[in-house]
Amino acid sequence: MIGRLSIGVIALVLGAILLCGVVSAEKVDTLGEHSADRLLIATTTSLDATGLLDLLEEKFKEDTGVTAEHVAKGTGISLQIARDCNADIVMVHDRVAEDAFIDEGFGADRRVFGYNYFLLVGPENDPAKVTGLNGTAAFMAIEKATAEDPSVVFVSRGDNSGTHSREKLLWKWGGYDYADINSSEWYREAGLGMGETLTMTEELQGYTLSDSASWGTYESNLSLVPLVENDEKFLNVYAVMRVSDEKCPDVNTDAAKKWINFMISDEVQDILSTYGVEKNGVPYFSPGRGSAEVMGVTDEETKDPVV
Amino acid sequence: MNDLLTGVETAFNLILAADPEVLTITLTTLRITFTSVLIGTLISIPLGAAITFREFWGKKTLISIIQTLYALPTVIVGLLCYMILSRSGPLGDLKWLFTPNGMIFGQTILIIPIMAGLTIAALQAIDPIITDTIRSLGATRFQFLKSHLREARFAIMAAIIVGFSRAISEVGTAIMIGGNIKGHTRVLTTAISLQTSMGNFNLSLALGIILLAIALIINLIMGFVQNR
Repeated sequence: MIGRLSIGVIALVLGAILLCGVVSAEKVDTLGEHSADRLLIATTTSLDATGLLDLLEEKFKEDTGVTAEHVAKGTGISLQIARDCNADIVMVHDRVAEDAFIDEGFGADRRVFGYNYFLLVGPENDPAKVTGLNGTAAFMAIEKATAEDPSVVFVSRGDNSGTHSREKLLWKWGGYDYADINSSEWYREAGLGMGETLTMTEELQGYTLSDSASWGTYESNLSLVPLVENDEKFLNVYAVMRVSDEKCPDVNTDAAKKWINFMISDEVQDILSTYGVEKNGVPYFSPGRGSAEVMGVTDEETKDPVV
Repeated sequence: MNDLLTGVETAFNLILAADPEVLTITLTTLRITFTSVLIGTLISIPLGAAITFREFWGKKTLISIIQTLYALPTVIVGLLCYMILSRSGPLGDLKWLFTPNGMIFGQTILIIPIMAGLTIAALQAIDPIITDTIRSLGATRFQFLKSHLREARFAIMAAIIVGFSRAISEVGTAIMIGGNIKGHTRVLTTAISLQTSMGNFNLSLALGIILLAIALIINLIMGFVQNR
C-alpha cells in the first residue's frame, strides 16, 4: 500500500515538474530554433560587456523585425563558431585573424564600424615607469624592469582573443620573441576573459593590456590606473562581416546583409558617438564614419552598403 | 564579510522586487533542468535496471565505464555536444546549438551516467533474500521489477536528486551549448559566471543564493515524498 502511494506521489511530482517546464517554457517565450527572422552574431566580449549589442539588437528588431542574438566569446572562438557555420555574423577586432578568415572563404562583406584604443593599465605607483612612454616602449620597459624588480608582473589574456593578438604584436614590435616572453616567470597567462584578467591583474598589482570599452565597464571595481592611452600602436578597430553562404549554405544572408548595413548606418554611428558617455564620461567606441584614415582602412570599408 | 552581507541583501532585494531579468533567468534554468532530469530519469532508471538484472558479457566493464563517466568534465560534454549539434555535425539539422533544446540535450547526456550508475548501485544493494522471495512467489517480470524499484526507492530518489543537482549547478555545458544569450539561453550558472567576470560579485552571490534556494525547495519536496 505504502509503495503504491509513494509511486503515486512520485508520479505527481514528476507531473508537476513537467507542468512547470511547460509553463515556464511559455513564459520565457523563446523559440528553440534558428529561423528566417533570427540572426546569430558571434562576437567579442567588449561589445557585449558594454551593453551596446543589447541596445542595437533592440533597434534592429524595430527597424527590420529580425531578432538578432549574440554569443559573446573571444575573437578566436567567435571565428571558430563561424567556421563551423553556427553563426550568421561575426563582429571582432583582430585584422590579421579577420583577413585569414576572409581568405579561407568564410568571411564576406567586411565593414569597419568603430574603433577605440587599447590601454596599458597597471598599479598606480608604476614600478616599471611606463607612464609617458609610447606603446612599444612601455612594453619594453616592463620587460626590463622585471629583471630588477620581482614585483613587476604582466598578466596576459592568453586566450587568442583580439586583445591577446595585439599584445603578442606589441611584444614583437618591441623586438622580442613571443615564445621567450611567454615562458618568462613574470609573465602570467590568465587564459580568461577581460574582466577576469583585470581582476587578476588587480590582485597581483601587475600590468595588462585592456580594450578601453571593457576598462570603462570594469574600472569602478579596480584600483589599477591606465598608464598608456591613445597610442597609435594601441589602435583597436572593430569590424563586422557575414559568414559566406558559399561555405555555409544555411546562413541567414539576407538578414546578415541588413545587419552590416545597419552597423554602418547613420542611426548606429550616431548611437556610437554618444554611447557610454553617461556611465563612462566618454563614449566606449568612436564611430567609424569619416575615420577611415585614422583606422588605416579604405573609405569604402566604412560606408559602402553591401548589396 | 561586508561583501558577503551585501550579497545576501542583494539576493533578497532581487527576489522581493521580482526583477524581470532574474525571473527570466530563473524560469529558463528551471525549464532546462527539470526537462533534462525528467528525460534523464526516464532513460537512466530503466537502463540501470536492465544492466542490474540481466547477465551479459562485459557487464562489470560496462558498470566501471558508467562509474568512470561520473568524472566527465562538463566542458568536455559541452564540447562534444557542440560538435554533435554544430551545423557541420551529425545532428546539425536540428539547429539546436545556442538554444534551450541544445542545453537540455547536453545536460541530459551529462546526468545519465551518474543517475544510471546510482540506480545500479541502489538495485544491487537490495538484499538477495528479498530477490529470491519475490522470484519464488512467482512474480511476473513486471511485478519483479516493480517490487525491486519499490524496495530501492529511497536510493533511486537520491539518484534523481544527484542528477538534478549536477544539472542545475553545472556551467561548462550550459555556456558552451547555450552561449549565454540574454533572455534565451542565459541560466543562473552562466549568469553567475558572467557577473563574476564583470566584477559584480554581489550580484553573482545573490544569483548563487537563488540557485541554492531552488535546490533547497526541491530537496524539501523530495524529502516530503520520501517520508510518505
